[in-house]
Amino acid sequence: MTQPHRKNLLTSVQMAQFVATGSFRMDAVVPDEMNQQAIDVLKSGIPGVPYGTPLSEAFQDSEFVQRLVQLPEIAGAIHSLVGPEPTVDHHAVHIRKAHEGEAQNLHGDAIIDVREDAFDVQLMYYPQEVTLEMGGTLSVPGSHLRRTNESDTGRYQNLLGQTRLTCPAGTVVLLHHGIWHGGRKNDSAVDRYMFKIRFNPTVRQVRLWNTDDLYDEQVARELGQYFPWYENATGRLEIYNRVKLWQAITGDDTYDPDYWVTRVSNRPRRVVAQRSLNPHAAKKEMA
Amino acid sequence: MTTAAVQQTVRQQVLVLYLASSALDSRTVGWSTYDGTGETSPTTGDSDVPPYANGLEALKDGWRLFQAAQLLPPQPGHEYDVSFLKHEFFFEKLVPVTA
Repeated sequence: MTQPHRKNLLTSVQMAQFVATGSFRMDAVVPDEMNQQAIDVLKSGIPGVPYGTPLSEAFQDSEFVQRLVQLPEIAGAIHSLVGPEPTVDHHAVHIRKAHEGEAQNLHGDAIIDVREDAFDVQLMYYPQEVTLEMGGTLSVPGSHLRRTNESDTGRYQNLLGQTRLTCPAGTVVLLHHGIWHGGRKNDSAVDRYMFKIRFNPTVRQVRLWNTDDLYDEQVARELGQYFPWYENATGRLEIYNRVKLWQAITGDDTYDPDYWVTRVSNRPRRVVAQRSLNPHAAKKEMA
Repeated sequence: MTTAAVQQTVRQQVLVLYLASSALDSRTVGWSTYDGTGETSPTTGDSDVPPYANGLEALKDGWRLFQAAQLLPPQPGHEYDVSFLKHEFFFEKLVPVTA
């Protein structure tokens, strides 16, 4: 695949948004002409791809998917998050049938994945307009750094500030592998389609985006945001973990705008008190 | 009238609230409900508004608390990890149903 144009890469502020929320959303980024074809293409099925196939080789039998991942904004976002020539982990067409009675449990995909300096990204493409009634994907902003395994979170039905996706046709959402999500119940008379691809990086995910605004103050504001479902104390740990991830993807382990990491790792080693000033030493001498 | 005739059949409704701290009157950040009467079918992602602003409000409305999450210290070496919601409270109501 060709290198995306710099203007289509994510900015540092957008990357910080991703690190904070675990997702990046592009409304109506896929042109209508493709959205019109999509349902038929997805109904026919997308040929399987062996795990670990380079993206440029993965969809040689699906011209539609090649066009999708090569749309400039989408290619730019994929490059910014996972770098050049990621491999395709797997892909899937998800269909929530009209009046389907069941919602999926809240879950993270695959198995617990606690990598601190690497992450996979899942692309979700919605070819139709998705209304609330159609049961668009439920996701929980800022849940991606939680260390939980798959559907062990199934007990959580609703979290304050959750996203019940509604979107125009042609919307693409890119998700961190750890985000809690689930397909909602489709209460409408329309079948809902979503196409998903999981990408694995093949390079270190360090400064892969447009870093012109790396020191913009908005970066710190994005990284410092709280979400309504966070508990008071654990919410602070979320910021700590985000800063650690930002340090990893910028290659700058000094970045810590609100001192959450620095404060708890400060272990000075320099001793300045003279031995003669040690009161315990003095007592010993007197005895 | 026999004893059996006046006995009511009841079913359990369960409300789970996740609160912002270990205090029962702290704000609700998450919620789930299960209805043993079968009259309703609550499910994942069916509401954006919590049924009660905090745990105390649920008590005032007749819900009986029957379990609260323990306060456990973090495991050494995992003090900064984030995982499940910590402050989980289980409530119940016993609801009469026609047998």
